[in-house]
Amino acid sequence: MTIIEEAFVPSPREDNGGPLLEVRDLHVEFRTREGVVRAVNGVNYSVKAGETLAVLGESGSGKSVTAQAIMGILDMPPATIPQGEILFRGQDMLKMSGEERRKIRGQRIAMIFQDALSSLNPVLSVGYQLGEMFRVHQGMSKKDAKAKAIELMDRVKIPAAAARVNDYPHQFSGGMRQRIMIAMALALEPDLIIADEPTTALDVTVQAQVMDLLAELQREYNMGLILITHDLGVVADVADKIAVMYAGRIVERAPVHELYKRPAHPYTRGLLDSIPRLDQKGQELYAIKGLPPNLLRIPSGCAFNPRCPKAEDVCRTEVPDLLGVTEQDGSELVGRASACHFRKETIHG
Amino acid sequence: MAETDEPQDATPNVSDVEVVDAHSEAEAVAAIDAPVERGEPILQVRNLVKHFPLTQGILFKRQIGAVKAVDGVSFDLYQGETLGIVGESGCGKSTVAKLLMNLERATAGEIFYKGQDITRLSGRALKAVRRNIQMVFQDPYTSLNPRMTVGDIIGEPFDIHPEVAPKGDRRRKVQELLDVVGLNPEYINRYPHQFSGGQRQRIGIARGLALNPEIIICDEPVSALDVSVQAQVINLMERLQDEFNLSYIFIAHDLSIVRHISDRVGVMYLGRIAEIGSDEQIYDHPTHPYTQALLSAVPVPDPEAREHRERIILTGDVPSPANPPSGCRFRTRCWKAQDKCAEEVPLLAIPESFKGSDTPAAHESACHFAEEKDVVHVA
Repeated sequence: MTIIEEAFVPSPREDNGGPLLEVRDLHVEFRTREGVVRAVNGVNYSVKAGETLAVLGESGSGKSVTAQAIMGILDMPPATIPQGEILFRGQDMLKMSGEERRKIRGQRIAMIFQDALSSLNPVLSVGYQLGEMFRVHQGMSKKDAKAKAIELMDRVKIPAAAARVNDYPHQFSGGMRQRIMIAMALALEPDLIIADEPTTALDVTVQAQVMDLLAELQREYNMGLILITHDLGVVADVADKIAVMYAGRIVERAPVHELYKRPAHPYTRGLLDSIPRLDQKGQELYAIKGLPPNLLRIPSGCAFNPRCPKAEDVCRTEVPDLLGVTEQDGSELVGRASACHFRKETIHG
Repeated sequence: MAETDEPQDATPNVSDVEVVDAHSEAEAVAAIDAPVERGEPILQVRNLVKHFPLTQGILFKRQIGAVKAVDGVSFDLYQGETLGIVGESGCGKSTVAKLLMNLERATAGEIFYKGQDITRLSGRALKAVRRNIQMVFQDPYTSLNPRMTVGDIIGEPFDIHPEVAPKGDRRRKVQELLDVVGLNPEYINRYPHQFSGGQRQRIGIARGLALNPEIIICDEPVSALDVSVQAQVINLMERLQDEFNLSYIFIAHDLSIVRHISDRVGVMYLGRIAEIGSDEQIYDHPTHPYTQALLSAVPVPDPEAREHRERIILTGDVPSPANPPSGCRFRTRCWKAQDKCAEEVPLLAIPESFKGSDTPAAHESACHFAEEKDVVHVA
C-alpha cells in the first residue's frame, strides 16, 4: 500500500486510479460513565471510483461509527479519535479545518441514512429541502433551486415530480422518501456515497427498486459507494468487495464471490450458515453460540474467541492481525484477508 | 357496517367447521379445554373482515370511509403445525394477529377455536380462550415493562389465571420457564435492560409459554434481532413447538425465515390472501404473480445467483387500503393484468387449469391467470 502524496485535486471526475477514500488504522472511542467504549479498533479499508464496498456487521460492530467518522458527524465529545487517518484523495481529513471538511461533506462525500422519515425535516417541503443543497452550496436563486429539485426527483424516478415538489415528507411512501434521500445525496454529484442501511426499513419489493436505482446511478456517475448493512443477501446482490466487522475490527476482507464460496473467518462462516435458505427447506439452523461482546470489555486475544467453535489457547491471548490468505499451493489470493490465527484451516476445510 | 358487499372467497378447500353447540358457558369452557388430535384443525378463520373507520370533523364526527385492513381472510390452522403469514407492510398481517388474539373486534367474519366462535364469546369462555392463545411480539425492547423484574413479567399471566399456578408455586414455575427458554433461572430478579435483544425475546417467549397455551401467535419475533442471534431464537422456537406440542402462527416479512419454520404459508396482499399452500407449493411452485414478484425480489446470499436469477421488479407502491383497486387488488402492479382483473375479484381457490391434477402447483391462488413460475431456483 503506497501513500499517495498528491495535491488535492478539485475536479470531481478525475480518476487517478488510486483509492478515492482510504481509512487507515482508525480508532474511535466513547468516554462514558462506565468506562471507555472502544467502538472502532483499527479499521483499514479503501474504495475506488465506481466500486462498491460493503461493510457487513451486526449491531455494535462499529460499522456505522466508522462511517460517521468519515463524514465527520460524530459528536466529539463523547467520541474521540485517538489514532488513525482518513484519506480522501490522499488528503487526511482528520487534519483538515472545519471549513475544509465542510466543503467535502455533501459535495464530495454524501451520506444516505436508514430512516428517511426522521432524516427529513417534517415541516419543510421536499422541494425546499432538495433545493437547499443548491442554494447553500452553489448560491442559486430560489426559483432555479426548485427547478433543480424537480430535475433531481425525476432522476430518482419519482412519478409526477413537478406536481409533488411542494409535498411534505409524510405525504410520500417509505420507498419514495428513500428516493428523496438518494436525490439529496446525489444533488451535488459527489465522488463517494456512504449508504448506512439504506433499505433496512423497506419492504422487499421496494427494497429491490431502491437498490437497483442506487446501483444504476452509481454506474452512471462513476461514484464510489460504501454500503453499510447487516443483510448478507443485499450485499451479495450489489457489492464488489466486502469487509466483515466484529467488535470494532475488520475480521475478513474479500471479493464478494470469494467470501460466500469460501469464508476465511469462523465468524463469517457462522453467519453464512445461520441464515435459512429460500430455495430449499433446511435442517436445524446453525447458531453461533453466545452474544456479541460488550464493547466496554472486549475479550482479550481474538474478540470472537468465546463464541468460536475452533478457539484454542493462542486465540485467547494473541490478537490476530488481518493478513492475506493463500491458496493451498502458497499463491496469494487477491484481495483476501482474514484476522484469524487459523485462517488457512478455515478457508480450506 | 356489519357485512361487506365484496364477494367473499369461496374457499372450497378449507374443511367444514364443526360448530360445537354450547348452550351454557360451562359447555363452552369444556369445549375449549378439550384436547385436539394432531393434524386436526384447531383454529378456523372464515371471511374475517376488519375495517377501521375514517372520520372527519371534531364535534360532529362522520365516517367518510374505512381502511380495509383485513378484507375477507379465511384459513385453517392445524394442531402442531406452523402457519407462516407473509406480506409487505400494510397488508394486514398484524391486524390478523390482533383479531386472533381478540384484541380488536372483527367487523365481520368468524374465528373458530375448537368449534367455538371466539368473536362472540365473553366471560369465562373468552378467558379460557385467551389462556390458550398467546402472543410473542416483535420488539423485545418495548414489549417488556422496564419497571418490572423478569420474574414479575413472566409471572404476571398467573395473576389473571391463578388456576395454572397456585401462589406459592409461582417462583419455581417462573424459574422453570427461564430454564426452558435457555436463560439462567437466577436472573429472576433482574430487569429487562440488563439483557440483550435476543435474551429479551427469550423472556417474551417465556411469558407466552407461562399458561401452557396451545397456540402462539408470533408477530415478527426475530426481525429486530441480529443474524447470529436470530438463528438461536428460531431454533428455540422449533424446540419448544415439539416439546409442548404447540401450533404457531408465524407472521414475518423475511421470506427465508418463514420458509424455514413453516409447514404452510399464506401470502397476503392488501387485506386478502393471495396464495396459500405448503412451503414447497408456495416457494417452489408459486402461481400468483405477487408471490412470484415477492420471492424474486428477495436478495439471496449467493453472488452467483445474482446473474442468473430472474428478477421481477414491481413498479409503484402498494395502493392505499382505504381505497383498494377494483377487482383484483394486485392488478395495478401486475404485469399480467387485463380488463377482467379490474372487473372481477379473483377468489382464493385452486385455479381451473390445475384442478384435478396432483402437481404441487394445484393449490389455492387468487388469480385469474394463475401460472406456475419458479423464481427461486437458478436455472
